[in-house]
Amino acid sequence: MNLTLKIWRQKNASEKGKMVTYDIKEVSPDMSFLEMLDVLNQDLIEKEQEPVAFDHDCREGICGSCSMFVNGRAHGPDSRITVCQLHMRSFKDGDTIHIEPWRATAFPVIKDLIVDRSSFDRIQQAGGFISVNTSGNTIDANAIPIDKHDADKAFDAATCIGCGACVASCKNSSAMLFVAAKVSQYALLPQGKVEATDRVLNMVKQMDAEGFGNCTNTGACEVECPKGISLENIARMNREYLAASFKG
Amino acid sequence: MSGILNSTVGRKFAMAISAFFLMVFLLQHFAINITSTFSSQTFNEISHFMGTNPLVQYALQPVLIFGVIFHFVMGFVLEYRNNKARPVKYAVNSGNDNSTWVSRNMLLSGLVILAFMVLHFIDFWIPEINTKYVQGDMSGLLSDGEGYRYYEELVHKFESPIRTAAYSIAFILLSMHLVHGFNSAFQSVGANNKYTRGLKGFGKLYAIGIPLGFIFIALFHHFNH
Repeated sequence: MNLTLKIWRQKNASEKGKMVTYDIKEVSPDMSFLEMLDVLNQDLIEKEQEPVAFDHDCREGICGSCSMFVNGRAHGPDSRITVCQLHMRSFKDGDTIHIEPWRATAFPVIKDLIVDRSSFDRIQQAGGFISVNTSGNTIDANAIPIDKHDADKAFDAATCIGCGACVASCKNSSAMLFVAAKVSQYALLPQGKVEATDRVLNMVKQMDAEGFGNCTNTGACEVECPKGISLENIARMNREYLAASFKG
Repeated sequence: MSGILNSTVGRKFAMAISAFFLMVFLLQHFAINITSTFSSQTFNEISHFMGTNPLVQYALQPVLIFGVIFHFVMGFVLEYRNNKARPVKYAVNSGNDNSTWVSRNMLLSGLVILAFMVLHFIDFWIPEINTKYVQGDMSGLLSDGEGYRYYEELVHKFESPIRTAAYSIAFILLSMHLVHGFNSAFQSVGANNKYTRGLKGFGKLYAIGIPLGFIFIALFHHFNH
């Protein structure tokens, strides 16, 4: 099929970007979206033009690198997938596809479709961990009984790949779903409860310092999350945060 | 606990608390006003009690005014940060595919409600304060001394089709605000789990039922008199 691509091009972080139109022909419906961009880039290189810079790594929906806003939606029109799992059969011959980077103050554009998501790393560093004694007498995690429901919820939260689709979809560029998933995965498990108070306070503090917006509870993040992280995690984080704040 | 109002989570919590307070107020306001459709005497007696009781006038009324102002000011504070969080907008954004229009436009519906409240204050609250505290007439009686004035004043206001239409439109926007706001407030205080699912249905009922009831009151007095 033949397509028209309108792609955000931005030379570097300091220069202004703009949408640039490209025509691409004979795209196979079996191609993944990133393979289609590979073909475009090969064509641009052969024409001695600058290829489109985009992030990718695993290409199997796990790394969360392929941060693209396709036709007005994070990771494109299909549900519960990342852009690398999006296939061209989701589009029709003659379609115009708009491709933009995540838009958020806390995710500045590095080049074209690549954004700097290190703000997520700094939030993780602020509390997204547990302190374990590794001197040789560590207790086997499987030796600690955990309620099945809590374990399931913790594992569901832990499936967050930190792709940033929640931020990209949220009208306020809020990172609440990401932070809530990280807070929840530890708060529900006995190993995480020890540092729960400091964790939630520090992670929310870092989230705010990075310039993410407020949560308006529109639910867009939950719909667009490739891993289906539930809004219940945000409510849990709110409970954790409020309890921690009142505790001092 | 220090600095809770400086955090995004804390501010949303404060927003939710003020919303709960305003929703309780709205319910009691409706409960009083609906009496005007079946008993002018009951409406007059409750209105006189509310208008002259020191606890209501000097304790609850200031708290209410503070709650209203706080909710609006905090709404703008939150919106300011939200706008700063995304300086460059998307060329194409399919918001309808992942969220409702009302959830994305709480500021817009809030501004219409704010405009309505200005009108409502000019219509009822300011004349009431003027009568009671400027002119010093706490009797609540009509100028000829024949019974209470509250019902007559209410009926008189809704003679105007423009005012009736304006009130009705504002109540539709209030309903839209509440359809999202009711459950959003519970989410902001952390109440979203298997125990609170029943609240969602009640929230929709409240959000549609109360504003619809207010529209009924406005139309009832407009067409009955």
